[in-house]
Amino acid sequence: MNNLLEAHSVSKKFGDFTALNQVSIAVPKGSIYGLLGPNGAGKTTLIRIINQITMPDQGEVILDGESLNSHHIRDIGYLPEERGLYKTMKVGEQAMYLARLKGLSKAEAKIRLKYWFERLEIGDWWNKKIQELSKGMAQKIQFIVTVLHEPKLLIFDEPFSGFDPINAILIKDEILRLRDNGATVIFSTHRMESVEELCDQITLIHESNKILDGKLTDIKKQFKTNTFEVGIRTSNNLMLEKELSEKFKVSPASFKTLDNELMLNVKLSENDIPNDLLSFLTSKGEVSHFVELIPSANDIFIQAIKNN
Amino acid sequence: MNHLGLIIEREYLTKVKNKSFIVMTILSPIIMIALIAVVAYLSQVNNNKQRTISVLDESGILKSSFTDTENVNYHLLDNMTLEEAKLLVNQNEEYGLLYIGNFKNINEIGEHIKFFSEESPSLTLMSALESKLEKQLTDLKLEFEGVDVEKIRASRIRVDIGQESFVGEKTSKIDSVVKLIFGGLAGYLLFMFIIIYGNMIMRSVIEEKTSRIIEIIISSVKPIQLMLGKIIGTSLAGITQFVIWIILGGLLMTILSLVFGIDLAQSQSGQQEMLSQAMQNPDVNTEIQNVISAFYNLPITNLIFAFILFFIGGYLLYSSLYAAIGAAVDNETDTQQFLLPILMPLILAVYIGIFTVIEDPHGTVSTVFSFIPFTSPVVMLMRIPFGVPIWQQLLSFVLLVGTFILTVWFAAKIYRVGILMYGKKPSYKELIKWIKY
Repeated sequence: MNNLLEAHSVSKKFGDFTALNQVSIAVPKGSIYGLLGPNGAGKTTLIRIINQITMPDQGEVILDGESLNSHHIRDIGYLPEERGLYKTMKVGEQAMYLARLKGLSKAEAKIRLKYWFERLEIGDWWNKKIQELSKGMAQKIQFIVTVLHEPKLLIFDEPFSGFDPINAILIKDEILRLRDNGATVIFSTHRMESVEELCDQITLIHESNKILDGKLTDIKKQFKTNTFEVGIRTSNNLMLEKELSEKFKVSPASFKTLDNELMLNVKLSENDIPNDLLSFLTSKGEVSHFVELIPSANDIFIQAIKNN
Repeated sequence: MNHLGLIIEREYLTKVKNKSFIVMTILSPIIMIALIAVVAYLSQVNNNKQRTISVLDESGILKSSFTDTENVNYHLLDNMTLEEAKLLVNQNEEYGLLYIGNFKNINEIGEHIKFFSEESPSLTLMSALESKLEKQLTDLKLEFEGVDVEKIRASRIRVDIGQESFVGEKTSKIDSVVKLIFGGLAGYLLFMFIIIYGNMIMRSVIEEKTSRIIEIIISSVKPIQLMLGKIIGTSLAGITQFVIWIILGGLLMTILSLVFGIDLAQSQSGQQEMLSQAMQNPDVNTEIQNVISAFYNLPITNLIFAFILFFIGGYLLYSSLYAAIGAAVDNETDTQQFLLPILMPLILAVYIGIFTVIEDPHGTVSTVFSFIPFTSPVVMLMRIPFGVPIWQQLLSFVLLVGTFILTVWFAAKIYRVGILMYGKKPSYKELIKWIKY
């Protein structure tokens, strides 16, 4: 069994509104899986179905080879987007309570909490009240209680919101470490740069339907346009530009340069070979810049939704 | 199921450790007792005040009937006109002037008695004066008509209907009063409990919603577990508070009456004073015994069992509704619209209990409402002291439990959807839709 989690044609309606329409996903063991989509696409509904907070109308979710059941609550750690803590409870008390709800014994919970509090450098917060903490501080505690019971599947919904850049890196490193230790991570976010950094696979949900999924590298290949960014110094820039536009699709480019050189995006057709372009360019002048344009996750996101 | 225990524990501990809860628990009985003490003290002061009333009796036939009492001194005026008397009374700053005009006919005298005073006189004083004068004038009139007053007194017959049930249990009117107090107390206690702690549950649900912790919790436990845990935990905190109130209240009462040597309960109202005076009267003494025997006549075992069962049933029924309301809204100001329909049957139950159960504990109205689940806990608790057949109690309880299960199911549906809904206040139509989600 290579997939830790599989959802088969899951549908959910709220009254007349379809929140999810026949969505299937397969999350490989040990991967970081990006669940992407615009606001209101149905990501949260899918996550809630996986957490058994909401029941699907149709379809089935399989976790570790078994149809989802109440024992699986222990196997999942969920950090919701809308998250808070009891304001008047003390940090330690509250963390203990949440850990014990996940099935940890009192003693075990205490040992693990002490470890994590030290790890995230918040050891002296144990007796503080939540209302004395800042938003970022509360987020750390929420993160700890999500991962504390060492679940097989971790689900993070916008985990970095509310963190400053330093703490965001801290949390990102923790997520990667947890993955390396064998956890599988589902990661839902709007921040595409963190998708780029973290995700192995992604699924894009738009208006209740899945419109794209697969390995991030495969998707990038699929979305790349065979376009090269070119920088060249010649004696006659205008002349070269004219010559190039006769052969290829050319548009102006911009990147940082030291000299006043010709900057162009050159789109090759399917039959063209990049080397031919390069040798053509070297014959015309001094090439300072030759890069294939790889679409960013952000580009893919926008493009896929526009196409749909 | 382990989770339920944890939730109950947390709910209970956070409630009990809450500062305002502790303050309320300790201060409430102190304030109550202090209030009673103040009222008792004030009424004593009020009772001790001596009032002087001047009497100008132009007819001359009532002069002998004014003897000074503990609180009132009568000052008989002679040989002056009404105007002079008024002036004098006003100058002396006396309480008032009673004026009895001179007429030939006793009826006319009675109709023309007047009382002059600076402020409007005390109601009790006036009615006391009225009945005193009425009695005097009636006697005079009877004498005038040639009727022997003594004979009339002697021929006044006292009737005391002895009540007995078919099985031979003796009952009395005192019985009914004791039963009424017992039933009323039980019903009212339930009513108060539901309102105070139902609200507390509702607030605690709203708190979980506004602090946004709810989604973290329900990824670990089922919403219905959370809801039941909340209800049970809060109820236990409520029971704790009640018990502390009773113990603390009792303790304070004892201390106060020991230290100050005043029996608070007795000086509390004039009625009880009357009662204590009447104690010397052997006739009343038997009544006291009647009260005690009435107490023993109550179906005590039945009462205790019924109280526990109906109290729990009724409380859980309503508190699950409170929890559902808390889940449906975002803040407390939005709750009014939903609170009204659940308060209505509760208030109805108390009114039915007070008005119809007293009148006829086994009449159609009382019987019917002691079966309808939303009113049955209160009405049945009020009826039981009067003896309700066991089958009726059982039937009513079964109906209550059935409705309770249905309500919890319904509330849980609203709860599980509502706790994840933020933003706008839902309408009733939307609530119905939620049940189908």
